[in-house]
Amino acid sequence: MMEKMIFGRYVPADSVIHRMDPRSKLIIVLLFVCVVFIANNAITYGALVVYTLLMLAMSKVPMRFVFGGLKLVFILIIFTFLMHIFLTREGPIIFELGWFKVYEEGLRQGIFISLRFFLLILITSILTLTTAPIAITDGLESLLGPLKKLKFPVHELALMMSIALRFIPTLMEETDKIMKAQSARGVEFSSGPVKDRVMAIIPLLIPLFVSSFKRAEELATAMEARGYRGGDGRTRYRKLVWSGIDTLMLLLLLALTILLIIFRT
Amino acid sequence: MKNSLVQIRNLSFKYDENADYALKDVTFDIYEGEWLAIVGHNGSGKSTMAKLLNGLNFPKEGSITVDGLLLSEETVWDIRDKIGMVFQNPDNQFVGTTVQDDVAFGLENHGIEREEMIKRVHNALESVKMEQFLDQEPHHLSGGQKQRVAIAGVLALRPNIIVLDEATSMLDPRGREEVLETIRQLKASQEMTVISITHDLEEAAKADRMIVMNKGQLYREGSPEDIFQLDEELISLGLDIPFPVKMSKMLKGLNIPVSKHHLSEEELVEELWTSHLKM
Repeated sequence: MMEKMIFGRYVPADSVIHRMDPRSKLIIVLLFVCVVFIANNAITYGALVVYTLLMLAMSKVPMRFVFGGLKLVFILIIFTFLMHIFLTREGPIIFELGWFKVYEEGLRQGIFISLRFFLLILITSILTLTTAPIAITDGLESLLGPLKKLKFPVHELALMMSIALRFIPTLMEETDKIMKAQSARGVEFSSGPVKDRVMAIIPLLIPLFVSSFKRAEELATAMEARGYRGGDGRTRYRKLVWSGIDTLMLLLLLALTILLIIFRT
Repeated sequence: MKNSLVQIRNLSFKYDENADYALKDVTFDIYEGEWLAIVGHNGSGKSTMAKLLNGLNFPKEGSITVDGLLLSEETVWDIRDKIGMVFQNPDNQFVGTTVQDDVAFGLENHGIEREEMIKRVHNALESVKMEQFLDQEPHHLSGGQKQRVAIAGVLALRPNIIVLDEATSMLDPRGREEVLETIRQLKASQEMTVISITHDLEEAAKADRMIVMNKGQLYREGSPEDIFQLDEELISLGLDIPFPVKMSKMLKGLNIPVSKHHLSEEELVEELWTSHLKM
């Protein structure tokens, strides 16, 4: 159940977006975050929406996965929208009811800002829905590679991330086991007042921490026994392949950027 | 004539200055191509032995020589290349996110070319019969399967010696049999030297030679047949003797003539059902 919450993010499928190099996807998302801020009128926002929907269609991810994960975000978007409606006081009044006035600028800002927010969330969702977590790690390690010259521990960071990813299901299983064991000893996890339920987490966390430290130590020993001596001189088994699609997708984003610059006011 | 591959001489070790010796004055040899079982109850020093063998701990006194190399700070990485280890907990030695990544981990550490890695990963997984699980994640595998992947990870590095440090003790009987069968086949096909550290005497009974440890000292060394003759003594050391040996002994006590203390159930059954023909 909890596993679904984290791993349910990645939906394996065979699509153009799935086959893209994680590096190009990361670069595109990063650039898109900047590009979104160029838009400032209906045409430019329209172009952004078309682009995002095109990406979504190409990813072949079923809609329920995309929007299922966005429920909380919608609340935030609606809140942002309402804030603008209430608080921006510029331009002619377009609606009036007693003390409550809606200004044109407020409506415009409200729509644009929430749309911007929505598009950003959507494009990052497409990234996480179409890329396995380990591929994102590999992509990051490769993109951050140049920072190694500045003594930034890129390899260690990537290894930490991949070990964390590998142990999430193991620790979930263990949490489940400890929870059952503690329930059998009379700890109530799912009923009673909130204060008691929060306190009930302690007998869950302590055994979990103790065993995690033990795991970490054993894992370190096992890694050392298999010749791990840090990142220097290591080769990589996973290989990232930059293909024509990746270049093409980057060019598409470039075209969008030029379009936005031309049509912005 | 067998060649001595590892020489252990007057080895002593303490975890802490003030603690008792975990190992005291232990001397023995490990021969090329043999299956050596080191047995003993908890705290007898058998796991300490394993950790000293590939330099995860360094001895206080005495020396270890592996394939002509004396173990020291300088040679420890070369010695680790010669000795592959499989540990007790299947989860805590699985480093990769998938089966093939895990097998490749050791190879990556040794800076082996990618083309060669792919070949070795596939070969190693084939020899432990896990080749159809290449992209499987560890939490979808059984304990026995995880241990077989760990063995593949060791094999890919082509060591001379493989040490099983209680590698089957957390597995169910089926997983245990899977792992032992894998090791048996590997030993036959690749002339591997196997050291299994265990408290499971059924497992030890299948070894070529046994060493019994007690309180950090080498208590007895010999073939499984010889060792199990000591039955009362073994029990006093906190070890149990395997069922077929017990059974043979009891049959003898009832004046049913069995030729020797059988180590496997099959042998015993074989003799019993044919015994009538000999009378």
